[in-house]
Amino acid sequence: MRRTNWLAALLIAPLLLLILGSFLVPVGLTLFRAVQDREVAQALPETSAILAAWDGQGLPPEAAFAAVARELGAALEARRIGDVAQRMNFARTGMRSTLLRTARAAERLRAPYAASLVALDARWGQAETWLLLRSAGGPVTSLYLLRAMDFTQTPDGGVVQAPTDERLYRTLFLRTFGISLLVTAICVLLAYPVAYTIARLRAPWSSIALTLVLIPFWSSVLVRTTAWFVLLQREGPVNGALLGMGLLEAPAQVIGTRIAVVLALVHVLLPFAILPMHSVMTRLDATYLRAAASLGANGMQRFLRVWLPLSLPGVLAGGAMVFLLAVGMYTAPALVGGDRDQMVAWFIANFLNRDVNWGMAAALSAYLLAMTGAIVALARILTGGMVGARG
Amino acid sequence: MSEILVSFRDVTKSYDGRVPVVAALNLDVHRGEFLTLLGPSGSGKTTTLMMLAGFEDPSSGSIALEGTRIDTVPPHRRGIGVVFQNYALFPHMTVAQNLAFPLSIRRLPKAEIAARIARALEMVRLPAFGDRKPSQLSGGQQQRVALARALIFEPKLVLLDEPLGALDKQLREELQAEIRHIHARLGVTMVYVTHDQAEALTLSDRIAIFHEGRIQQIDTPEAVYERPANPFVAGFIGESNRLTVQVVDTTRLRLEDGSLLATLPHALPPGTAALVSIRPERVVIGAQGPGNAVVEEVVYLGDHCRLRLAHAGRADFIAKLPRQDAMAVPTPGTRITIGIPADAVTVFPAG
Ligand SMILES: Nc1ncnc2c1ncn2[C@@H]1O[C@H](COP(=O)(O)OP(=O)(O)OP(=O)(O)O)[C@@H](O)[C@H]1O
Ligand SMILES: [Mg+2]
Repeated sequence: MRRTNWLAALLIAPLLLLILGSFLVPVGLTLFRAVQDREVAQALPETSAILAAWDGQGLPPEAAFAAVARELGAALEARRIGDVAQRMNFARTGMRSTLLRTARAAERLRAPYAASLVALDARWGQAETWLLLRSAGGPVTSLYLLRAMDFTQTPDGGVVQAPTDERLYRTLFLRTFGISLLVTAICVLLAYPVAYTIARLRAPWSSIALTLVLIPFWSSVLVRTTAWFVLLQREGPVNGALLGMGLLEAPAQVIGTRIAVVLALVHVLLPFAILPMHSVMTRLDATYLRAAASLGANGMQRFLRVWLPLSLPGVLAGGAMVFLLAVGMYTAPALVGGDRDQMVAWFIANFLNRDVNWGMAAALSAYLLAMTGAIVALARILTGGMVGARG
Repeated sequence: MSEILVSFRDVTKSYDGRVPVVAALNLDVHRGEFLTLLGPSGSGKTTTLMMLAGFEDPSSGSIALEGTRIDTVPPHRRGIGVVFQNYALFPHMTVAQNLAFPLSIRRLPKAEIAARIARALEMVRLPAFGDRKPSQLSGGQQQRVALARALIFEPKLVLLDEPLGALDKQLREELQAEIRHIHARLGVTMVYVTHDQAEALTLSDRIAIFHEGRIQQIDTPEAVYERPANPFVAGFIGESNRLTVQVVDTTRLRLEDGSLLATLPHALPPGTAALVSIRPERVVIGAQGPGNAVVEEVVYLGDHCRLRLAHAGRADFIAKLPRQDAMAVPTPGTRITIGIPADAVTVFPAG
């Protein structure tokens, strides 16, 4: 017994290692970036050390001024100044120009640095600038995680709401979950009758219908969403038909609206709702319905009291599937949605591609992962209770 | 007892429009009786039952319940209880909720529902199982609950389609006794489908023997066993020796080897071919010594011995020897004399 267990473990080990190496480790490392803080400590090690020893009262000692001037200059030489500027500018807008200006002027600055730096840029005379530098000393920071929930840290360590014009992410998460919930609800409502019909079809027709449901998978999400773009644009066939029938007086602007996003997402995700429902329903024994009828239940009662509760695990599975996929959807909203319809994934992509701000991308991803994880767990508990009852 | 509850009139059913699965069925179910539909697989028993329950429509003919045609009444308004072979207990409900289902549909008051559930659970001897899910019950317990559920709304008629088919022999016998008991106590009419003849003989007031969509005989268990209406029934119920014979006169037949066989008076014309059926347990084993049969094989079965004899030109004539007989069991190869009482011979016209 024990020996076969060992053998099984040995056989399965490569697969486990593969999953660990290709999935868990990269995801874990990426998520760690949400709290990692090393740019300042790497580029300005001496400044960081001096500031770490500083009591935070008033301005730091002259040594800090001297170190920061020298190390910024060196960072410019080593082409590492960009990372530091980016990191500090994210903590306080305007820091980028201060740091760049100082780095470029580093050669010309002379002691006493406390005076010459302040003369170069008034920010060096503010205690806040130094406190920000000190708090960016690493190795970890809560900056990104706080900012991804529209909070920011005051120089003295308190947590407050981010300035109004920088508040964005709570709305973004609410929007993402709102759109996803709406899409899930529409998908479930549309998928249920479809799955029911397919489950009740006779032999050849049921598999034909199921194939039709699967046909969209033969093309990529990109192609399907582009198709919606073509269909819905101002000169597209939908507008053309509606204008032709006299239902519209002027072409409707659908592309770039929330409606287009929801439409495209529903279209892309509908099969994911149908399939789990269908697989639960085909396994439902029709004699339950006969039994219910023999006990006096009419069609409505049979549906509400027998079929619906028995097919609910499929509804929950399908709904959870659609919701999870919708929450992480990037392509469809990016293609057919407007600026105000974008979801978390779009921002993550933006932080990675345009801003090269791994910290924010990782923080947003971490929240997304946590929230979807919570939803999976919830769906698990809900369906699990039901499945357990069925034995 | 002879008041008619259900009547099938010329009911025909075909699924494909060509082959009739049930053909020209005329069947009356009496109020309060236990009627069993017995027949080989595919003989149309389930189809008949499902037409009565309303899950299949007859292709032609009519079905009446208490004199009113019910062909067009949907199943849920027929008020007929059905017990399915696979129990069909709702898996998402507890036993008590399953039992409450037909009652809450009928909008009975809560207290009444609770009282009836308690009584029903008592009846099927599962008083402590109300809160269990069906998946937490054994097969026999599930079928008891299914039975209770079909009875709890006090239907006039309960249909049972091989309800014990999935259970092992011992449990079957236990539940047969319970069903018989419940039937006797409640006086409800039951129509029961089985292909187990022992079950049919044990339970039924009357048995309808089905074959190829037609009723071959419908009568009491004793009658179908002792006086089968045709060779099919004789062969299907119990074991029998079937011999082809020539009719000599109204009380005598000639066997293949030329010997004569006495019967009760029959109406077949002399000189025609006929078929006789003789139950093995009615064969009288006589003394050893010169006789009319040779013992070919002896099978010991505890309460009786089964002898395969060479008799009347055949080598597969079966006789049963009860063990209370003082006579020693003959060994293979011995010659014995066998007797066949005239009333043990059932005569059918040949073909
Ligand atoms: N839904 C159906 N569609 C087509 N043919 C059917 C259907 N149900 C039953 N049949 C056919 O009708 C015939 C009678 O079936 P039925 O189920 O009534 O037999 P049964 O006597 O109950 O047999 P068993 O003892 O095996 O349950 C069989 O030949 C069967 O193949
Ligand atoms: Mg059957």
